[in-house]
Amino acid sequence: MTIWNLLIREILHRKLNFALSVLSVMVASGSLVGAVVLLRIHDIHTNELLEQKQAELTRQMAQLQDDTRKAMLNLGFNVVILPKDQNLNDWYAEDYASKYMPEEYVDRLAKSGVVTVRHFLPSLQQKIEWPERKRTIILVGARGEVPELHKNPVKPLVQPVPPGTISLGYELHRSMDIKAGDKVELMGRPFTVHACHKERGDKDDITAWIYLSEAQELLNKPGLINAILALECLCIGEEGLPLIRKEITTILPGTQVIERGSEVIARAEARIKVEEQARVSIQQEKDARENLREVREHLASILIPVVVTACAVWIAVLGFTNVRARREEIGILRALGVCSRRILVMFLSRHVLVGVLGGALGFGAGMLAAVYFGAAREGTPVRMIETGLPFFGLLLLSVAGAAALAVVAGWIPTMVATRQDPADILRSE
Amino acid sequence: MITFENVNRWFDGTKGKVTALKDISFSVRPGELLAVRGPSGCGKTTLLLTAGGLLRPSSGQISLDGRDPYQLNPEQRSQLRARTIGFVFQQFHLIPYLTVRQNILAASLAMPGKDASARTDYLISHFGLDDRAEHVPAQLSTGEKQRTALARALLNEPKVILADEPTGNLDEDNAQTVFGYLSQYVRDGGCVLLVTHDAQAAVHATRTLQMSQGQLVG
Repeated sequence: MTIWNLLIREILHRKLNFALSVLSVMVASGSLVGAVVLLRIHDIHTNELLEQKQAELTRQMAQLQDDTRKAMLNLGFNVVILPKDQNLNDWYAEDYASKYMPEEYVDRLAKSGVVTVRHFLPSLQQKIEWPERKRTIILVGARGEVPELHKNPVKPLVQPVPPGTISLGYELHRSMDIKAGDKVELMGRPFTVHACHKERGDKDDITAWIYLSEAQELLNKPGLINAILALECLCIGEEGLPLIRKEITTILPGTQVIERGSEVIARAEARIKVEEQARVSIQQEKDARENLREVREHLASILIPVVVTACAVWIAVLGFTNVRARREEIGILRALGVCSRRILVMFLSRHVLVGVLGGALGFGAGMLAAVYFGAAREGTPVRMIETGLPFFGLLLLSVAGAAALAVVAGWIPTMVATRQDPADILRSE
Repeated sequence: MITFENVNRWFDGTKGKVTALKDISFSVRPGELLAVRGPSGCGKTTLLLTAGGLLRPSSGQISLDGRDPYQLNPEQRSQLRARTIGFVFQQFHLIPYLTVRQNILAASLAMPGKDASARTDYLISHFGLDDRAEHVPAQLSTGEKQRTALARALLNEPKVILADEPTGNLDEDNAQTVFGYLSQYVRDGGCVLLVTHDAQAAVHATRTLQMSQGQLVG
């Protein structure tokens, strides 16, 4: 016979007392574990929510940026670099330059390290008669963007028309019933239709785009261009244009710079404003979630001590009940020569067992309840593994803490048990 | 084995000091069954508990197996009790959730490390409890309960048995059986201090003392 045998048999005999004690510890431990896990679930949902919002913002910003870039194409360019001797009255009237400059200007600009503009697009434009079709069109020769060698590569805004191909504006392909892939002839040179653009409602609808060198050959302007389009000026505001002009004309003295995009700038500013507002919105959401967490943490910090204290009192009451029920047993064991230290071990072991069982069960119950209620409250299910909590550590903490609670709560009844005077008990029984 | 020398024991009651034992002197030797007879409330149980090291006398000397238990610390006193004394009570004081075998073995809790299984089997057989070994006290007759209590008292092979009205709840046959076992224990060299109001005890006792109002009167 050992103390352990006696303990197990006593527990089996007084199941209700033991079960109620375990239940008390389980409630205390479960409340604590549940609160910890609930707060963790709250954090996870906050992170998920903010990540979703951030991803949505990024997606919206990308969309806005794309829209702005398209708007730039449709509305014109930030700046147009023209030959210095170009009469601007003529340029505004015709919408293309009648003077020319060397194509190598654009390469010089790209290699110069210019910082105020990006996306250089050299072009040769001229209004011509399409002899094979008897139509007046604007012929644009372009070779695509010239990369800025000193900057990180960016996605080009305009895809070049490949050599041997032609892209047609809406009015041209609609009225002549031309489709992508058809063969057409322009000024005696055969072209394959590369693209048929949608309606834009401006001169682009009567424009045909071909590769720059082919345009130079057709228009007899070898090595010449009449405009460099520079997109996405990085200087916004009243001081922007003078800065751009100063920088470009320093690099290319034989040019002049014309602004072509106040609406685009407005859109870019609007985009930045939207981005700022979205960031503020995310920050507000984050603050709201943090406030909610603080409220929940505060509530838990009040409720949990109350629950734990109530459970401790209940354990103590059950402990006293147990000691009272075992009074005669204590008396006879002492009379048989069992020392008070072993009586102490016997009662404390019971409390430790209550704590360990209650702690383990409370851990499980707290976890399950937190995940269930957490999912119900937050609206999405959370798997245990997603909480990222150190389960084994938390289990150990729960069991050790619960055992400590049970021992502390049962300490006074245990002391009462060990200090029972066997003579008093045996005389009174 | 047990010697009382001018032992007094009083309690502080609400109406002043109450004397339970007054100038008690006697001794019990091995091979002796001393019966102390007296009416209820005369101090018999106090005498027994004092002899068993459970109730410190207010004055006087007690010797148990040559040692004064009250000169020892509580741990040593428990050890002395475990090795030297077996208690038997009128109310049996069996642990309700243990079987007969386990109740007998419970006495071994006082002597950790000692394998008492063989001794338990012997006592179960000796006291005719073989078919009751796995029953709990609630399933036993009063005679079986007292035999279980006697077996428990004898598990650690004590030198003395202190018996408080061991036959008080038993019918005549069972009382005879219990006295038979106690007499046999005495014949085997043990000694018994029996406190009782039962006149039949005198038949089995080697010596009888009369007690009245805390004093030995004859």
